[in-house]
Amino acid sequence: MALSKNAVAAIEQAKTRYPPDQPQAALLPALHIAQAEVGWLPLEIQEEIAGLVGVKPSHVREVVTFYTMFKDHPVGRHHIQVCRSVSCCLRGADKLAELVQERYGLKPDSMPSADGRFSLELVECLASCGSAPVVQINDDYHESMDAKTLVDTLEKL
Amino acid sequence: MAVVKVLTEFWGDPENRTLAGYEKNGGYQGVRKALKMEPAEIGNVVKEAKVRGAGGAGFPAGIKWGFVPKDYTGPRYLCINADESEPGTYKDRYIMERDPHRLIEGAIILCRAVGIETFYIYIRGELVKAAKILEEAVKEAYAKGYLGTDVFGTGKTLHGTVHRGAGAYICGEETGLLNSLEGKTGQPRYKPPFPAVTGLFGKPTIINNVETIANLPAIFVNGAKWFLDLGVSTAGGTKLYPISGLVERPGIYELPLGTSLHDIIYEYGGGIAGGRKLKGVIPGGASCPVLVPEPSEALRKYLHEGLPRMIRGEEKLVRFEGRPEWKRPENPTEIDVPMDYDSVPMIKSMLGTGAAMILDDQTCPVHTALRITMFFHHESCGQCVPCREGTGWMEKLLHRFEHGEGREGDEDKLFAMASRIEGTTICALGDAAAWPVQAFVRKFRHEFEEHRKLGRCPYPEHTVRPSPLYIA
Repeated sequence: MALSKNAVAAIEQAKTRYPPDQPQAALLPALHIAQAEVGWLPLEIQEEIAGLVGVKPSHVREVVTFYTMFKDHPVGRHHIQVCRSVSCCLRGADKLAELVQERYGLKPDSMPSADGRFSLELVECLASCGSAPVVQINDDYHESMDAKTLVDTLEKL
Repeated sequence: MAVVKVLTEFWGDPENRTLAGYEKNGGYQGVRKALKMEPAEIGNVVKEAKVRGAGGAGFPAGIKWGFVPKDYTGPRYLCINADESEPGTYKDRYIMERDPHRLIEGAIILCRAVGIETFYIYIRGELVKAAKILEEAVKEAYAKGYLGTDVFGTGKTLHGTVHRGAGAYICGEETGLLNSLEGKTGQPRYKPPFPAVTGLFGKPTIINNVETIANLPAIFVNGAKWFLDLGVSTAGGTKLYPISGLVERPGIYELPLGTSLHDIIYEYGGGIAGGRKLKGVIPGGASCPVLVPEPSEALRKYLHEGLPRMIRGEEKLVRFEGRPEWKRPENPTEIDVPMDYDSVPMIKSMLGTGAAMILDDQTCPVHTALRITMFFHHESCGQCVPCREGTGWMEKLLHRFEHGEGREGDEDKLFAMASRIEGTTICALGDAAAWPVQAFVRKFRHEFEEHRKLGRCPYPEHTVRPSPLYIA
């Protein structure tokens, strides 16, 4: 597995935004670019990125495992992230998480459903506390969620 | 008296996020005035306006800028801290989504004052929408010549880049942010050296919060005195108070600094959801010790006798210029505290980000403390043992309480654990995890005991419907 020409070009472009002697500053942008293309970050891709930004593969691995948004395992086509912090919890987020688990047979923070459609993650505060509870599906925020709206939203995906 | 809106005035205008729309609303006028001034003069205006850091610490912005070594000739950087992740806080996200050019304009002013030619906006990775809007705004600013190699025709260079994080609360800690921007794990650095001397890529670096920087343009349009008079005598301006939890109208309220917590909740937030009673308020994000509606002698003393002399030499009583009609309550409860940087610490809590989370009488304080501790355990970077291990131990103990398995003496054990994290870590995350736990044990000890004696959580499951967001 390797990155497409476009992704490599985008990473080279990202490097130009940092001082010429600091190409490793483009590591987070590079990982975002790669993950947007592949869906997650397999070891081969991590190694390729290490070469592109001039760091050791172990450094990339360290960074990938530190940040929660970088995935070293596959996620569903629709990655459901339910906030479990205080404000969302006060407005019923736990119920939403239970609902998703039961309805789609998902376990938080583990492999996606057998058809690869959904995966579930319980996340910490998403900065959407006034419109709690919030569920992030891939990049999109779904705010002031209740059970019915969430099911309707998921069924359409 | 009508409340002056410095930051939220144009949030309702969808055109405001474009450069043309922002200029139609009077944007990019402050920077034109600032660019005619000497850099040192810009810093003086900001000092005079008493702009305080809105990211949580409340450090005076103009003074921070002055820490950059004057004789240093190499590159200097500005990192805009847009890693908004403190539970309860969602104000910066709205500034970036609805008023992105105000942030860029503020950044140009700041960079001119400190002699900076490159800034990075470090935005948390989850805020994909806000990052796209900002990137678009930066592109527009380049096209118009407001960024680039000839900023506003002055011949000065300024480059700006949006840099996305990837999910780590600790990257909102300024040195964690620097490491993250350098392509490393976001583990905080020892201070000193402070970032203003040795920061990004080892160069002098200023790190300011989004709200702090977004305040700058209006100061240069209306003057430092205008800004100072909006707030309190120790800090100028308005504040975005993003409130959440069990309040009738959760939302972002822009009000004069020093507006009382009581007024924010009842006058603007519509009171407690469903007409229930208030149990407590976490005043400024999860790390701030909880406040309760109980009489406070410390607050009474502070409001009527003033700040201890050792804190402010020049005057005793803090003045609340933004709301002259406000009367200091005779027998205040903790909820009457004015929400500004110097008042909240008088009752052993903090203003933090001004993001109050409201707990009603059906909220279980043990469960709330557990959720807060789960957050800090999850977000501890793992560098310092007391924080890495201590947050996990506190979580286990709180879990035990919540599930009715608390043992005799566990309240004291929990308090002691928190005290052993406090002050023993490189960054403030350890303190931020310890303080709320200490406050919950201190103020709700009887409820911890009740959990222990009953062998279960006495609260029924909570059913509060989601609410739409209000902005005013």
